[in-house]
Amino acid sequence: MSLPTENGLRRKNRSNQIKELVIQGVLIASSFVAILTTIGIVASLVFEAFRFFDKIPLTEFLFSLEWSPQTAIRADQVGASGKFGVIPLLAGTLLISFIAMLVATPLGLLSAVYLAEFAKAKTRDVVKPLLELLAGIPTVVYGFFAALVVAPIIRATGSGVGFDISSESALAAGLVMGIMLVPFISSLSDDVINAVPQALRDASFGMGATHEETVTKVVIPAATPGIIGSLLLAISRAIGETMIVVMAAGLAANLTLNPFEAVTTMTVQIVTLLTGDQEFDSAKTLAAFAIALFLLILTLGLNIIALRIVDKYKKKYA
Amino acid sequence: MINKTEITQEALSILPPIMTANNVDVFYGKKQAISNVSLDIPENQITALIGPSGCGKSTFLRCFNRMNDTINICRVNGEIKFSGQDIYDPKVDVVALRSRIGMVFQKANPFPKSIFENVAYGPRIHGLAETKDDLESIVIQSLKRAGLYDEVSDRLSEPGTSLSGGQQQRLCIARAIAVDPQVILMDEPCSALDPIATAIIEDLMETMKEKYTIVIVTHSMQQAARVSQQTAFFHLGELVESGDTQAIFTNPIQERTQNYISGRIG
Amino acid sequence: MPDYILSTSNRMAKRHAREKRFKWYGRMAIFISIAFLVFMFSAIIFRGASAFQQTKIALDINFSEAIIDPSSSRDPELLKRANYKPIVLQSLSNVIPGITERRDRNRVYKLLSAGAVFDLGEQVAEEPNILGKSKKVWLLASSEVDLFMKGKIDPNISEDLRRLKDRDIKWIKILQSEGRIKKKFNTTLFSSGDSREPEMAGILGAAIGSFFSLLVCFLIAFPLGILTAVYLEEYAKKNFLTDFIEVNINNLAAVPSIVFGLLGLSIFLNFFNLPRSTPLVGGIVLSLMTLPTIIIASRSILRSIPQSIRDAALGLGASKTQTTFHHVVPLAMPGMLTGTILGMARALGETAPLLMIGMVAFIVDIPKGITDVATSLPVQIFLWADSPEKGFVERTSAAIIVLLAFLILMNLCAVYLRKRLERRW
Repeated sequence: MSLPTENGLRRKNRSNQIKELVIQGVLIASSFVAILTTIGIVASLVFEAFRFFDKIPLTEFLFSLEWSPQTAIRADQVGASGKFGVIPLLAGTLLISFIAMLVATPLGLLSAVYLAEFAKAKTRDVVKPLLELLAGIPTVVYGFFAALVVAPIIRATGSGVGFDISSESALAAGLVMGIMLVPFISSLSDDVINAVPQALRDASFGMGATHEETVTKVVIPAATPGIIGSLLLAISRAIGETMIVVMAAGLAANLTLNPFEAVTTMTVQIVTLLTGDQEFDSAKTLAAFAIALFLLILTLGLNIIALRIVDKYKKKYA
Repeated sequence: MINKTEITQEALSILPPIMTANNVDVFYGKKQAISNVSLDIPENQITALIGPSGCGKSTFLRCFNRMNDTINICRVNGEIKFSGQDIYDPKVDVVALRSRIGMVFQKANPFPKSIFENVAYGPRIHGLAETKDDLESIVIQSLKRAGLYDEVSDRLSEPGTSLSGGQQQRLCIARAIAVDPQVILMDEPCSALDPIATAIIEDLMETMKEKYTIVIVTHSMQQAARVSQQTAFFHLGELVESGDTQAIFTNPIQERTQNYISGRIG
Repeated sequence: MPDYILSTSNRMAKRHAREKRFKWYGRMAIFISIAFLVFMFSAIIFRGASAFQQTKIALDINFSEAIIDPSSSRDPELLKRANYKPIVLQSLSNVIPGITERRDRNRVYKLLSAGAVFDLGEQVAEEPNILGKSKKVWLLASSEVDLFMKGKIDPNISEDLRRLKDRDIKWIKILQSEGRIKKKFNTTLFSSGDSREPEMAGILGAAIGSFFSLLVCFLIAFPLGILTAVYLEEYAKKNFLTDFIEVNINNLAAVPSIVFGLLGLSIFLNFFNLPRSTPLVGGIVLSLMTLPTIIIASRSILRSIPQSIRDAALGLGASKTQTTFHHVVPLAMPGMLTGTILGMARALGETAPLLMIGMVAFIVDIPKGITDVATSLPVQIFLWADSPEKGFVERTSAAIIVLLAFLILMNLCAVYLRKRLERRW
């Protein structure tokens, strides 16, 4: 065996350097997939949405109060017979999200406060995974449950007290979606409540505040920014949720605030417009991309604001 | 000026103690943090608890208003009396107890609220003020007693966290005073402050003791010597020696006290 | 003076009562959420349990060669497609007396599933020796008979309101009295693809579709996710580009899943012309969705590995790459796998994006590869939930039970992996 020559070492060194460079290149390339995905999403939505706005003016899309894409559009009258106002869809989406948040906010926040402040460690160990289970259930299961069990119950209750409730009501979808959102709110709020420094609780206890007073007057106010952030994230999820509303909310684009009526949402319309055999360039299919672009802007906007708030809050107590 | 030491010794011997601890043990889980400590706290005096870090002096202090209750694994045996009533008696309402025995912590911990709201917090929860004016006067009175009013009178609505460290600690003292307690427990209140802020708080304590009984934990022997009338020296969870401050620092009975004061333990 | 600290005052009592109330609100909130979970699970199990059984009717079939294979060709294809209806009818009329008219014959034949004759064909094609012999065979009953046997059709309601008429019920009673109708374990559910007839529908096709989609998803998302995490944690300097990648990843995690479906539709289907309705495209879309989850989980694992390990390797003269891939990544691998499994579990339950890329078609055949048209388990649930036939209700619930079982299995795997391989630093 001979000792390596200086030349050999240098050559080995160079080949090592090349190897390092190649590996770094591969790593950077993988990281770019995330960027490419974003670009892909934005580009495809914007591109198709622009083609849509070629046929239907942006003002009609944003301000028209009617949504009725015709089912049979002949090639020679593309876009001529449909009404493409996004407002009824937005209203339906917001109505259902509102109902969902009405359910999820008290349930999620109270659970989080109870678990973080009052529950024994053993209770926490049992309850937390159970709540997280709610987050792990596929939304198609919630949708099935909403349509098959909850909606009939609501309908029966309604007719029992003399209310006529549509079998696909905003209420059923909203209620079930609300339960689905509970773990999102509770686990995020749990985190922010735990991030409130113990010193503040000690100060409050030290002055003779009860635990409830400490929680409602000191801990929750201190955690408010973080809690708002978690609620915004939940709203963003509610707006983008698809399967529950597809299965339980209905297709009729009613512009209503009545939770007992059927409403439709942006996601429902995207699914309806794009499933089944469609000519791809029709205003109908392109409309789906315009709605999706609208949806993306809405959810991402909410998300960015929420993350900002939570970040700021975390830095405050870091 | 009157001779301070004379009054102190007289007071110590005449006045009944406002708080007494008898054979107190404290456990964290299986670990014993305090063993068999007995100590009287004289009324309207400053009692200093000194000792090396980890000796249990803070743990002992937190027994006086049952702050140890907030730690799940913590268990307290023995008897602590406040005006003759055992505070660990199940009949005692810990919430009411803490409104009589206030606390100031090592690190200033103002609530993330305005200066006014910080001080008003206690009176509000305990329902001490009938009207808005009452509340306002309590807040102003407390800020004055804590020697902070002149510095903040024009910005009561600014957040408490915007104050300097020393001011924050005085805000916490004002907050504790606002509930009108009889005893104020101070857990190393100056350890995070500069010497000037420390001096201000020490002066403040001197005037406060006319109205309140103060128990202070400090790691600074000089501070104990400066402010207190009674000193108790803790080591390894035991009370080694307690008595008149002057006596402890000039003529300690126990060898361990001697060693600590001369800097051989610590 | 000491009574100050005893709980005697009215005000103290009120304050404590408020605390008690507040705690009850918290308990109620948790109770409602968990009660909903229990209610949902039990409702689904209650509805779905019966689908694991299936009604079959036993008939003595005379495998007459003259009818089945008159040319004696023994060609399996011919045997499969032969006309078994007259043989089955003969056997039926042997058991049930008094069916002579054509109308009655057609009616009694409907007791059996339309798939019963296919099963016979398969059986004969498999063992042609049976020709000319007679044998007792359990044949699939129709969905209506199945529902009746499971007690889901009330014979007391007006005959006009049900598809199963009194006469059908009389026949079922006859079969019952001879022990010729029984509920057996539902093998069809686990061995078939979709079907228009509830009694012939199974989830195997959808399950395999899901498997292929997840396979593609894993093959793409796992390496990409880990490499990205390694880059961001171990190599990247803090600069504009790194921040930009990070912002991208965080935002992707919040994009509604249906938008990923649109991405798949316009980029992979329309632009790259990849085959529609296939696990290939489904897997790609799911992988892009899962990627942020895997990256975020892997990064936190890498962050938890102590610096001392890197320092030790670097100190021995290992290069950055050697340090990372020989020491850091192997230590982080269990954690990263756990994160990946949890991400895959999410992907398994995902429905909306798959609808966008056409994995929502009615597909009978079992997919054999990633480029065959397929659906997935959740999509199958969606499709069945939409079907008007009553027999699909229990099968939808059964499919949900199977899906949840898979999800729980994957989560248990993740938990086990974490427990087993976790290190504490």
